[in-house]
Amino acid sequence: MPIHIIDRRLNPGGKSLENRQRFLRRAKSLVQGAVKKTSQERDIKDVLEGGEVTIPLDGMHEPRFRREGGTRDMVLPGNKKFVEGDYLQRSGQGSAKDSGPGEGDSEDAFRFVLSRDEFVDLFLDDLELPDLAKRKIAQTESEGIQRAGYTTSGSPANISVSRTVKLALARRIALKRPRKEEIEELEAAIAACTDEDERVVLLAELERLKAKTKRIPFIDPLDIRYRRFETVPKPVAQAVMFCLMDVSGSMSEHMKDLAKRFYMLLYVFLKRRYKHVEIVFIRHTDRAEEVDEQTFFYGPASGGTLVSSALQAMHEIVRERFNPSDWNIYAAQASDGDNSYSDGELTGMLLTDKILPVCQFFAYLEVGESGGSAFDLSDSSLWTLYERLRNSGAPLSMRKVSERSEIFPVFHDLFQRRETSQEKAAP
Amino acid sequence: MTERLFEGADWDFHTLQRITDACEEVAKNDLGLDVYPNQIEVITAEQMLDAYSSVGMPLFYKHWSFGKHFAYHEASYRKGLMGLAYEIVINSSPCISYLMEENTATMQTLVIAHAAFGHNHFFKNNYLFKQWTDADGILDYLDFAKNYVMQCEERFGRAEVERTLDAAHALMSHGIDRYPGKKKLDLRAEEKRAGRRRQHEEEVFNDLWRTVPAGKSKSRSALSVERRRKLLGLPQENLLYFLEKSAPRLAPWQRELLRIVRHIAQYFYPQSQTKVMNEGTATYVHYRIMTKLHQQGRITDGNFLEFLGSHTNVVFQPEFDDPRFSGFNPYALGFAMMQDIERIVTSPSDEDREWFPDIAGKNDVMGVLRDVWANYRDESFIGQFLSPKLMRQLRMFHLHDDPEERAGIRVDAIHDERGFRRVRRELARQHDVGYIDANIEVVDVDLSGDRRLILHHHVIKGAQLNETDAKRVLQHLADLWTYDVSLIEVDANDKVLREYVVSPRPIPAAA
Repeated sequence: MPIHIIDRRLNPGGKSLENRQRFLRRAKSLVQGAVKKTSQERDIKDVLEGGEVTIPLDGMHEPRFRREGGTRDMVLPGNKKFVEGDYLQRSGQGSAKDSGPGEGDSEDAFRFVLSRDEFVDLFLDDLELPDLAKRKIAQTESEGIQRAGYTTSGSPANISVSRTVKLALARRIALKRPRKEEIEELEAAIAACTDEDERVVLLAELERLKAKTKRIPFIDPLDIRYRRFETVPKPVAQAVMFCLMDVSGSMSEHMKDLAKRFYMLLYVFLKRRYKHVEIVFIRHTDRAEEVDEQTFFYGPASGGTLVSSALQAMHEIVRERFNPSDWNIYAAQASDGDNSYSDGELTGMLLTDKILPVCQFFAYLEVGESGGSAFDLSDSSLWTLYERLRNSGAPLSMRKVSERSEIFPVFHDLFQRRETSQEKAAP
Repeated sequence: MTERLFEGADWDFHTLQRITDACEEVAKNDLGLDVYPNQIEVITAEQMLDAYSSVGMPLFYKHWSFGKHFAYHEASYRKGLMGLAYEIVINSSPCISYLMEENTATMQTLVIAHAAFGHNHFFKNNYLFKQWTDADGILDYLDFAKNYVMQCEERFGRAEVERTLDAAHALMSHGIDRYPGKKKLDLRAEEKRAGRRRQHEEEVFNDLWRTVPAGKSKSRSALSVERRRKLLGLPQENLLYFLEKSAPRLAPWQRELLRIVRHIAQYFYPQSQTKVMNEGTATYVHYRIMTKLHQQGRITDGNFLEFLGSHTNVVFQPEFDDPRFSGFNPYALGFAMMQDIERIVTSPSDEDREWFPDIAGKNDVMGVLRDVWANYRDESFIGQFLSPKLMRQLRMFHLHDDPEERAGIRVDAIHDERGFRRVRRELARQHDVGYIDANIEVVDVDLSGDRRLILHHHVIKGAQLNETDAKRVLQHLADLWTYDVSLIEVDANDKVLREYVVSPRPIPAAA
């Protein structure tokens, strides 16, 4: 009897992918709720990681006719001391609940693992980029073509002559195909030969060489190589994200943490929309400097507060490195709202004249101490200033935050899909 | 000495081939097994999870519930809560066995002996499988089902198809014919039949027939209750069959979907009735084959010890007060019974001669076992062959739990002279699907009134339906029937215990 042994390991995976997607689609609202809840609890750094979520089974229940109660009879193994007619005390309701998928009661929760992409998709599902002029560029991704070695198959137009000839030459040498010169030399020798016997030998030699030449072709189909191309996305879809933060003494660890969370969200969000995202960290006291991430969040600094210095620095970096026609520029500023009194006018001017015109989006996040006091106090100097600018028509987004749990709602609020301003009409 | 099949734990495809040949030699010559041609496929853990979520079948139609099972299994597998099976075997011809790539060479030998010869022989020879399943046609039929569901989704929308399948799945456990009909199931013909029927409908379609005046309709009284029930084939316990044939407002494709689900449920019906026997057979066969290979010197002592380790784990039966206890382990019970039969056949005691006069001392172990494997299911197998010795060995006892009884749970019988027959009968009953599944049947349709569908649940020993689930299933049933459905729970004396009435949900406007 023939026995077939088949290796299926190389079969394409993801056979259950479609079923999984159907399941997620069906449970979408539940899963989305769970994703939001989970993401509030965990570090934003881990948001990108996907992971386990728990949803109530209710909507996903697969009912069956099941019987319960009544008199039960059972045969069990392992009797030790019972004899017929004994009575056993009931110990509460000891029947263990079966908790397979879809069984058990409706309050059972269903846990499963979402992949990174699924998680972020659901997480950012109802968010939209701010509707600005450069959005078009942001979304049309142009593809470039790039050389990528050689292949053995392809279109005749792509034949690489030099590579083909090189290979042919190597093959001819390896197989010892007689060269044209050798044959010519031999022919000359024959022509010059007078001795009949030697002539016969030479002729035979010539015949042999010619036959070999015929057998080993000059260019064999084996030699032919084609140039291979592959498409690569051109980095038009690129964005730079400026993180501006006040690190003067008045900013506490808590405030920095809030700011950091906001930046992370923004980064995750931009990462979804652009192939390439750069981040520039600018911290400022009364002077501004560009720093790396570690220094930005944890480096010690002290001094007064001049917001204009940061804006000036950003402006210079944009001018030097990020041409607004090639880059989508996003900026998020976090501060406790303090600013030198004298600096207000300069800040306003820089913002309206230099920064806002080149930015896709500028968000100002005013962070406060835990406990929500920021909302009770009168507006800070920076808030007042920005408020005034916004009222006069500057495209600024601003929010106040004092609790970790508020970060996501605020972020959500800023990037919410705005049906009214979209040309694609609401269904 | 014969050449070793393999050394150490590594294997490659030549090793697998040698192992299979060696197993086949033992299976054919020593055990006299008769198997379908084998097809052995090596798969990864992910593919094993795939197979888990589609009830072990290599191809299946798409449905969200399989995705849910996949997500569930994957999560528990990743967290290490669950190990994966070493193999999955499919009752088809050729018989497909999936082996996990992680298995060591010893495990592969064990699994090939277990699945490709043990289960395979059982599938091919057991009367239930012969009667109810069509091993030649199942894979083609699943392929047809998958494509048919896909076409329906394209033509009628995914939501509609999903609604129908959800409902059909809820009723799946009651979509089975329990008594064989005149015709053997021929799944290959099913596919052609579906196509032919559609073609026929299209060919003979003539709108004129609609306008032909009908004769005077028969008076109500002419159709007596008895006759009406007979026309509808009532009472009917196969709910899916009844809906497929008689639901008034289902589209033809919906009927076909119900038919598909029904056929698949039917295909798995024998498996649920022969868990103990099937696993017992396979375990006994792998044990015999492995032992023989070891005796022949084709596997080393070390490998044989590794085998014994896994074998002992598989046939481990925790006692009732052990935290690991979750009922009888079909592998343990089945294997113990097979070995016990071997003992009775070869060296019976006086007790065995009294209890099993037919087989005691007959000396033809494999002849007796092959006959047992062919002609019994769990319930009759235990009822017939559970010996007093084994009951003593496993120290079985029977508990009777009557909620009315204040004193507690009564020990009704134990493994003694007075109790053997009662314990055995009760254990057999525990494995009888007739007792396990709720006995629900369609009894009548109120054709002259509001077309209400009336079902009865015959309550056995006071076990009524779980209310939440019953309502949900009935909701699905009502959606398919499109009129009210009522389910009445009656006890043995026809006393009504409870009545459910469910109305169909309005069909959401076609999108």
